Amino acid sequence: MNQSATYNDRVVRQFAVMTVVWGIVGMLVGVWIAAQLIWPNMSMEIPWLSYGRLRPLHTNAVIFAFGGSALFATSYYAVQRTCHTRLFSDKLAAFTFWGWQVVIVGAAITLPMGLTMGREYAELIWPIAILVALVWVAYVVVFFGTIVQRKVKHIYVANWFFGAFILTVAVLHIVNNLVVPTSLTHSYPIYSGTVDAMVQWWYGHNAVGFFLTAGFLGMMYYFVPKQAGRPVYSYRLSIVHFWSLIAIYMWAGPHHLHYTALPDWVQSLGMVFSLILLAPSWGGMINGIMTLSGAWYKLRTDPILRFMIVALSFYGMSTFEGPMMSIKTVNALSHYTDWTIGHVHSGALGWVAMISIGSLYTLFPRILGLKEMYSTRLIEWHFWTSTIGTVLYIVAMWIAGVMQGLMWRTFNDDGTLTYTFIEVLKLTEPFYLLRLLGGMIFLSGMFIMAYNLYRTWQTAPSKLQAVPVIQPAHA
Amino acid sequence: MSAFWHWYVAALTLVFIVVMVWLFISTGKAQVPTGENEQGEKTTGHVWDGDLAELNNPMPRWWLWLFYLTVIFALAYLVLYPGLGRYGGMLGWSSAGQYEQEMVVANETFEARFAALASEPLEVLANNEEAIRVGRNLFAHNCSTCHGSDARGASGYPNLTDDHWIWGSSTDQIWHSIYLGRQAAMPGFGAALSDQDVTRVATYVQQLAGLSVDQTMAAAGKKQYDMICSACHGPQGLGNPLLGAPNLTAGVYTYGGSLDDLRYTIREGRNGVMPAQKDLLGEIRTRFVAAYILSMQQDMVIDEALVRE
Repeated sequence: MNQSATYNDRVVRQFAVMTVVWGIVGMLVGVWIAAQLIWPNMSMEIPWLSYGRLRPLHTNAVIFAFGGSALFATSYYAVQRTCHTRLFSDKLAAFTFWGWQVVIVGAAITLPMGLTMGREYAELIWPIAILVALVWVAYVVVFFGTIVQRKVKHIYVANWFFGAFILTVAVLHIVNNLVVPTSLTHSYPIYSGTVDAMVQWWYGHNAVGFFLTAGFLGMMYYFVPKQAGRPVYSYRLSIVHFWSLIAIYMWAGPHHLHYTALPDWVQSLGMVFSLILLAPSWGGMINGIMTLSGAWYKLRTDPILRFMIVALSFYGMSTFEGPMMSIKTVNALSHYTDWTIGHVHSGALGWVAMISIGSLYTLFPRILGLKEMYSTRLIEWHFWTSTIGTVLYIVAMWIAGVMQGLMWRTFNDDGTLTYTFIEVLKLTEPFYLLRLLGGMIFLSGMFIMAYNLYRTWQTAPSKLQAVPVIQPAHA
Repeated sequence: MSAFWHWYVAALTLVFIVVMVWLFISTGKAQVPTGENEQGEKTTGHVWDGDLAELNNPMPRWWLWLFYLTVIFALAYLVLYPGLGRYGGMLGWSSAGQYEQEMVVANETFEARFAALASEPLEVLANNEEAIRVGRNLFAHNCSTCHGSDARGASGYPNLTDDHWIWGSSTDQIWHSIYLGRQAAMPGFGAALSDQDVTRVATYVQQLAGLSVDQTMAAAGKKQYDMICSACHGPQGLGNPLLGAPNLTAGVYTYGGSLDDLRYTIREGRNGVMPAQKDLLGEIRTRFVAAYILSMQQDMVIDEALVRE
């Protein structure tokens, strides 16, 4: 068979498997540092096991290694199917896979060594940041090259979101990494002071908006209708919420810097646009959940669909919570507390991880020449561990965060603070235990997934047949 | 902010909001191609990957209103608060202003509550439970960073619970130390003394504190001490509170009493600073802190009395 008439599923398989591997690694580091907050001596004074070095490793591993691999796998899979053509370039696609793995390994070596740029979610030192940029440019070429070669005129909605995610992350990454190197491992940013902070959080918030939201909405728009066997609920809703989401997200970064040296007018704009962002964010949730209308009964028997629906619910909840927390009055309480950590994880575990897991369960059998996963019962188990783990985690952090915020702002009649930091920390400890438990339960689900994948792979044909490109129904 | 950036920010913000509202209104009316799927539902007519299609249901009305409400809120907020470039908002609010206002209220409340009490003499305050409580709170927030939460000090920061006072132990002297601050100046003698002489002087200083040391070294050190050090620390090493020169016979050291520590102090000098609280805490609060410090002195005297019994 002519190779160009088949899909390139090799790179999809590679990324999909690494998603599970990096998911386990990243969450394991997360569980480790969660335990360190309760037992600080766990690092045994070994610097590279210490919290300060492993925390960025955790965030990089779950966002960029786990989440990134999931996005590569699903976007490469979906863009080929919805454009009815093979990926633009097999070689460049292979480069994105191996390049991305080198980036991850580079992060796993340098971050524990204490080598960092000190910018949250952009810690990687400049030589690795350059490799990220190269991989990303290759990703842009492969993805948009495939779009250009599409056999159907109309571009499917999932590709709008994947496209916006890929383009914007390139811009964000490059602008936030403009530095002057002073050695192979050290550099200074070209910005200074408040401008530097604003650039960092313009990057940081849009990393949430485009990497963790738009990218995974792209995933949702392909895999939810696919798994539900139903058409997307509303085309107009797709258009309106797509354009408004990507346009308004750009303005919201300043809410990370409320009550700082950032000028008041910038803080205000960050706050009001975070509020305006609520409806555009919810558009994706409505479109995803309503796609199930006419297929609700499938939730009873299909744990994969349940993963997706619960993911969309957590997405709706986090995107409601986010605008609320951006209101200055609320932020004055929530900022710097564990509430923020809870908010992030309701998005990261509830939305990002669960939509990825659901999509991977749809994806795996199809790229292994099979009808379904080895065990639906194990998917069911994974569903419950993920859901319970997430709920325990975020509830613990909500209570801890609100408690911390309230205690920090309690004053004595003489104007001094009623509680010392250590007193608040002591009261937080039980919630740290609960959080650790939630994280461990979530992680256990990832092991179930790895086992299920292993057994599924064993039943796959020893020589995988390339899947032929489907002829489009119309041009 | 220059006029250009002011108009740039204000115009960009408002135009952007208008464009977003236009997007919501216009797209709701947009005509799209129609088709029909096997279930007879109206679709956009596009099919991808065999079975992916799209319906074109109207956008939920509550959702549209949610959007319009957030826009109305945003516009109202930008009228009332700073946001549109240089425009400060109708309420005249600023974060710096909010802070200052809260501080004024806090200070007024504090003074109304405590000014009368603070006007009592320090000796009285040092025996007043409420004054001590307030002083302890203020100490924990403002002083413990250097002097420790138990006020026992650390290297470079004197212990405030013992009876060794570098700048004097009278109520007035302690008040002065806290309210007006202190600047110590122990010059370094590395240029004047050879390394060996530094060691000799350090040995003699240890002898002054009653340690048994090499007699020859100490005797040689005493010669240098009498010539250089006695000017401030006194011929017997009893110190001089007027200069902040510590008593060297007590065996209590701010910077450590090991031979190496003493050698470093003699060679390089020390310049301890106690910041004046006059402009930091103000008079009323400083009085409570002083009362707390004095109260610990009294506790100690009582403790010693108990020990003697």
